[in-house]
Amino acid sequence: MDVLTLSRLQFAVTAMFHFIFVPLTLGLSIMTAWMETRYLLTGDETWLRMTKFWGKLFLINFALGVVTGITMEFQFGMNWAEYSRYVGDIFGAPLAIEATVAFFLESVFIGLWIFGWNKVSKKVHALSIWLVAIATNLSGLWILLANGWMQHPVGYVLRNNRAEMVDFMALITNPYGLIKFGHQIVSGYTVAAFFVMGVSAWHLLRKNELELFKRSFRQAALFGLASALLVALIGDLHAVEIAKVQPTKFAAMESVWETKRGVGMNLFLLPDEKNECNAIERLCIPNMVSMLAFHDPNAEIKGLKDFPVDLRPPVMPTYLSFRAMVGLGTYFILASLAALFLSYRKNLEEQRLFLTLLVFSIPLPYIANQLGWIVAEMGRQPWIVYGVLKTADAVSKNISTMQVVMSLLGFTVLYGGLGVIDIYLLAKYARKGPDNDLSGILKTEGRA
Amino acid sequence: MELQITWFVLWGVLWSVYFMLDGFVLGTGFMSGFLARTDTEKRVLINTLGPVWDGNEVWLVTAGGATFAAFPTTYALMFSNLYSALLLLLFALIVRGVAFEFRGKIDKPSWKSGWDIAIIVSSFLPALLFGVAFGNIFKGIPMRNDFVALSFNYDGGLLSLLNPYGLLTGVLFVLLFAVHGSLYSAIKTTGDLAQRAGNMANRLWLPLLVVAVLFLAYTYPATRLYDNYLQAPLLLVIPVIAVASLLLVKVFAAQGKLHKAFLFSCLTIVFVCFTGIAGLFPNLIPSSLDPGSNLTIYNSSSSPYTLKIMTVVAFIFVPTVIAYKIWVYRIFRARVTNEDVEQNSEAY
Repeated sequence: MDVLTLSRLQFAVTAMFHFIFVPLTLGLSIMTAWMETRYLLTGDETWLRMTKFWGKLFLINFALGVVTGITMEFQFGMNWAEYSRYVGDIFGAPLAIEATVAFFLESVFIGLWIFGWNKVSKKVHALSIWLVAIATNLSGLWILLANGWMQHPVGYVLRNNRAEMVDFMALITNPYGLIKFGHQIVSGYTVAAFFVMGVSAWHLLRKNELELFKRSFRQAALFGLASALLVALIGDLHAVEIAKVQPTKFAAMESVWETKRGVGMNLFLLPDEKNECNAIERLCIPNMVSMLAFHDPNAEIKGLKDFPVDLRPPVMPTYLSFRAMVGLGTYFILASLAALFLSYRKNLEEQRLFLTLLVFSIPLPYIANQLGWIVAEMGRQPWIVYGVLKTADAVSKNISTMQVVMSLLGFTVLYGGLGVIDIYLLAKYARKGPDNDLSGILKTEGRA
Repeated sequence: MELQITWFVLWGVLWSVYFMLDGFVLGTGFMSGFLARTDTEKRVLINTLGPVWDGNEVWLVTAGGATFAAFPTTYALMFSNLYSALLLLLFALIVRGVAFEFRGKIDKPSWKSGWDIAIIVSSFLPALLFGVAFGNIFKGIPMRNDFVALSFNYDGGLLSLLNPYGLLTGVLFVLLFAVHGSLYSAIKTTGDLAQRAGNMANRLWLPLLVVAVLFLAYTYPATRLYDNYLQAPLLLVIPVIAVASLLLVKVFAAQGKLHKAFLFSCLTIVFVCFTGIAGLFPNLIPSSLDPGSNLTIYNSSSSPYTLKIMTVVAFIFVPTVIAYKIWVYRIFRARVTNEDVEQNSEAY
């Protein structure tokens, strides 16, 4: 394998690993902040114990998200030096702003939140977790504006052998980036909601702390339903935007080969890339793809055959990932709806089958998030910046195959080990359940 | 034109503030093996870092991001040319961060001592590697760049960085951070631990002085940093402050005025960095092969428009960040005691 292939593989490994931890952080920060706010308003200690329990899991997860994030920033320069040189004028700005505006806020106030229980007032303490939640989501905004620019470059000119920014407002109001941000954060909330529902379900099955876990469960079900609906809603807008500005990605997502009007959606479909057609097409919903793409049943969809072979993304993984993601998204809506309904019944803990299902559903939103990124990044190929720069021209020319072999190997081993430990610790503390010892906190009771 | 100079100074500020802040985290980390004798003492040390290490590390992310946004060509070539060194650095920083979080999560001696070793190694490596990397940047990197044909070549690997000057700078950073971290430990803890840390800072000061003098002397034949000082002697204020601060560290440490000694240790680190950075100007990374290949603030910067946007962002947010950081540092200004970590279920 060459430097290009290895570097792509390494980016995939490090980005996907980083993204095991980020979505939960996005959502669980908000849920924890909400719990602490309820404690602040009601003085009810159950909310406090919930805050501490879910907060501890939040932190175990958060640590790996932070440290694996540094890799992402360094890697642009290390492995993608040509890319960095070519687009740094416009792509570097959102990254630098992300660090200055979001990372500082997040890192400083997470420190205050963890260690500040006895040092600041209850209000300031609750405020600090809200600031962490806001900062985490804000960092999502900036990184997705950066990614949005790679998907749909705006506000630049090609000059001095590179892409130079000429319109900062265009960069930060890029509809592609903003929609992607919306779609992503609510996907993160879905991960957190199913995580909290799943862990709560595990304890409810064992009749542990019924009051605390029923409350967690209901809150998560509500949060999950709202998020899952928004994921679909914004996802629909996202598909329209893709159809408009990234025709090759859209054609690959739906595996459309021939350009025509009123394209239908086959519920069963298998692409055949070699023969440039679909091997299986069954159960067609007429005009559905046109409808999704342009909200117009007779709209024309550009087929893959309209594009030269070397400008098409890999169809099979893009198509399959998209299908699986949409399928999972549908399940999240149904499952959280059912969960919300059951959470209002007295005998939630008796719904053993459904609770068991939810325990096993914990990984599913994680998978959906990863699949979404496969669609986004593989579907953009062969471009690194759509229509502007090819991935093959973006890789560093001054690094050797050996260097990347070693780094890929190193990342795989290190991340593999840390991932195992982190999941082990998450499971350990999730099973252990909430602490009864509030001595560390109740000292603050006297303070305002 | 002026914006490029502004960003050169900001670039220097971001790196030197990072070294000042993470310097004591790294120093405390790798000195913990010498300073702490019991598990409780180790926890005390980790808990003095707990509220601040993450926020300090973000200065590195910001320095990297600022290099990317303001000097993309330098960012691209600096990070790809130093590939293997940065890789080791990344691994170390990753391990260090999770070590703080994971160490206390399982109450088994073997688990804890494993992470203790991890903290020492993963704190020592970045100190050494940053020194080696910056020593090589001061010296110049063996690269040939053609800014017209856009061809960038680098003849070297990890081993070529381990030249005498690079290594000397590495040792300088290690000793700077060792003294810095010991002083931080001394002012943030109590009892025997604080006593031991203060003594350690006093003892390591002389070796640090020797290495610092060697560094300043060897910089003359090994680099072209002094050219700027010969042209503009006023700049000599910077190394003079660096040396004066280093001497004051000892003056105050010997009297047991450790807060003042720590303050001057902060100044020492910032001004040692700026001694190098002022010498580099207008280069960000010189080439050791030919001056035409130097990466300067002119041939590697972003467009004036981008620099203007980034200047606005920096001038609004950097002071804001500094303000809330100082506020949080003040909240955690108290020393961490053995009782603190034994009684607090939230402690690391």
